[in-house]
Amino acid sequence: MSGNTISSSASLKITGGRLLDGHRSETPNRALLIRNGRIAATGEAAEAAGADQTFDAKGCVITPGFVDLYCNLREPGNGQKGNIVSETRAAARGGFTTVCASPETSPVNDSRAVTHLIQDGADAGSPIRVLPVGALTRGLEGEMLSDMAGLTAAGCIALGNGSRGVRNARVLRRCMAYAQTFGLTVMLRPENQSLAADGYAHDGLVTARLGLLGIPEVAETASVMEMLLLAEETGVKLHLSQLSCGRSVEMVADARRRGIAVTADVAMHQLVFTEDALAGFDSRFHLRPPLRSEADRKALVAGVREGVIDAIVSQHLPHESAAKQAPLPDTEPGLSSIESVLSLGLGLVKRGELTLAELVRGLTSGPASVIGLPASISQDEIADLCVFDPDANWTPSSQSLVSAGHHAPVLGQPLPGVVRLTLAEGREAWGGA
Amino acid sequence: MTANAASPNHLQLTRDGQLRHFLTLDGLNRELLTDILDTADSFIEVGERSIKKVPLLRGRTVVNLFFEASTRTRSTFELAAKRLSADVLNLDINTSATSKGESLSDTLLNLEAMASDMFVVRHAQSGAPHFIAQSVTPGVAIINAGDGRHAHPTQAMLDMLTIRQHKGGFEGLKVAIVGDILHSRVARSQIRALNELGAEQIRVIAPGTLLPRDVESLGCTVEYDMAKGMKDLDVVIMLRLQKERMEGALLPSEREFYRLYGLSQDKLALAHPECIVMHPGPINRGVEIESAVADGPQSVILNQVTNGIAIRMAVMSMAMGGQVAERQQKLNELNELNERGLA
Repeated sequence: MSGNTISSSASLKITGGRLLDGHRSETPNRALLIRNGRIAATGEAAEAAGADQTFDAKGCVITPGFVDLYCNLREPGNGQKGNIVSETRAAARGGFTTVCASPETSPVNDSRAVTHLIQDGADAGSPIRVLPVGALTRGLEGEMLSDMAGLTAAGCIALGNGSRGVRNARVLRRCMAYAQTFGLTVMLRPENQSLAADGYAHDGLVTARLGLLGIPEVAETASVMEMLLLAEETGVKLHLSQLSCGRSVEMVADARRRGIAVTADVAMHQLVFTEDALAGFDSRFHLRPPLRSEADRKALVAGVREGVIDAIVSQHLPHESAAKQAPLPDTEPGLSSIESVLSLGLGLVKRGELTLAELVRGLTSGPASVIGLPASISQDEIADLCVFDPDANWTPSSQSLVSAGHHAPVLGQPLPGVVRLTLAEGREAWGGA
Repeated sequence: MTANAASPNHLQLTRDGQLRHFLTLDGLNRELLTDILDTADSFIEVGERSIKKVPLLRGRTVVNLFFEASTRTRSTFELAAKRLSADVLNLDINTSATSKGESLSDTLLNLEAMASDMFVVRHAQSGAPHFIAQSVTPGVAIINAGDGRHAHPTQAMLDMLTIRQHKGGFEGLKVAIVGDILHSRVARSQIRALNELGAEQIRVIAPGTLLPRDVESLGCTVEYDMAKGMKDLDVVIMLRLQKERMEGALLPSEREFYRLYGLSQDKLALAHPECIVMHPGPINRGVEIESAVADGPQSVILNQVTNGIAIRMAVMSMAMGGQVAERQQKLNELNELNERGLA
């Protein structure tokens, strides 16, 4: 990098990288010119233009900035676990330029006031775009409708239930019917709570051996089926969030063939790890939904490859260390994952499970289309970009993580893929290190 | 991709393969299990002397940390530690620190600061002893006295000792475990021990609601019909049925359970005539076992209790031996480094 931090007023030329977005195949070594927060020129025109600053992206891949549909910034209310400044910086380090903030804060984001609080916090301290997701029901209690239209007017991009269920199917049906009135998207994590009960691990080989309380696959699949039928009946735009079972992928594919408006996402760690991660009672891998079998993992990867699963999410859920310092069943579920999403994905590419183009689609155009954002590298588009070196390595450690939570999926081992530059609306959100 | 978590072996064995914690039977080989049984055999003789003490843990402090109530297991651990000449402290944690809001880690760090050498831990959550050994007090030997539904390795080993005393060994044995396998830490440890020691057949006999999913992966076969399951058995192990199971909609009634899965004299008659009857206790007479069977000639339930002391002496002395050897090894390495530094 020549000079200091890149500002939006100055122009920037990025040279030498391979361009890749979810809409077309890779283009080698094309220059980009960024001016006034937008892509002013590409290719020869950019090459010829003069610029205030230049960035040499030799050996790097340049993609649209990543879009995360499910992320917990922990603010307001859970400052011991994270805050908007710390977690959006962690996201920028991971190559993300847009994160959807889960409504599961304290208080819950079920009012304009809380939505504004999140937006004000982001305006003041976030290097990237924060899009709040409103609570589907008041207090996320699953009993009364939230002010969905009001939340949307205040800037919520969709309505969701975070990690909590809507226990009552009649309430869920009415939520969908009401959301459909205004053309809103509902983002739901499917889980039948009476079947999940007190479980905290996949009901399978590892729970049998270690005597852990299982969450059976049917706790998810029964709920997916119920949601698909209700979406079909109400016509709402349904987004199924954080799938964990192979059977769920099949059901989504079937529903699409029948014309139901459904999209879906999966957490990156579900594509990489399985129930075996709990074999040493490692509380980091206490996750909800739980990591499931190898067959489920393969089916989820295939879902991403075939486009049945539109988006890969971070499911970033940072914790203070005390939340994880207890016997596994007494710990809280969740990982500080957003900084290593790209690296885990590149691991899948290295092993031949995904192509680089499929990975980039799942992190950019896939999630962007769910919430109606553009995500392509073309002239006049907003300059939300990620420049990463796929061949460089980094080693996550609790000292080096930017997130306030230090429970990353991989610690103390080298991972491929280092983000050199994250540009959000033309401004440097992460400058690499 | 595998997670970078410590395997149980890495945690409970020293570099030379000696025991330093006793958390689970997973990963312990036949040689080591046999070593535990042989050591226990040598301690049985101690219990028969008029002065029942050996000085192996003299000057050591053993803390019995029971986060879950228990009479029998705690008393046998206490007796075992005392017969090894240790100082013993008994703590019932449900009634002390944790009810004041102190975290498990803080309680343990305080006890470690009192120069404890060994914690005997019973806890309602699976994996609690692993957590303590790995993250809280790695310099204290941890003995698992039962954690959640996960493991009860000393109980399983005393059962193995009882079986070996009566059957001479494990080759060719047909063993059944009957009842609530799903909630049983005892059953999980027994299945593991029987497999490692070479039993020929391990059957679990229970209705579908009391079996974990994928139970066969533990190395056993499933039998729903007790009459079939009893055929040719050398050993039948009955498990205690907790009354809560009726409330959780796992079983209709005690009466139906007893009729289908209770060990009566009629059902025992279907096994090999020399089949022994075992039960980890406490017994629910008339729920999982008929009184006449529990008190009958084939029952070895009271031998199990006696053997419990010897097994716990064996495990405690071996784990302390491993801890001491490891400390000595580290000291030697340090001295060696110092000498090289001087040279």
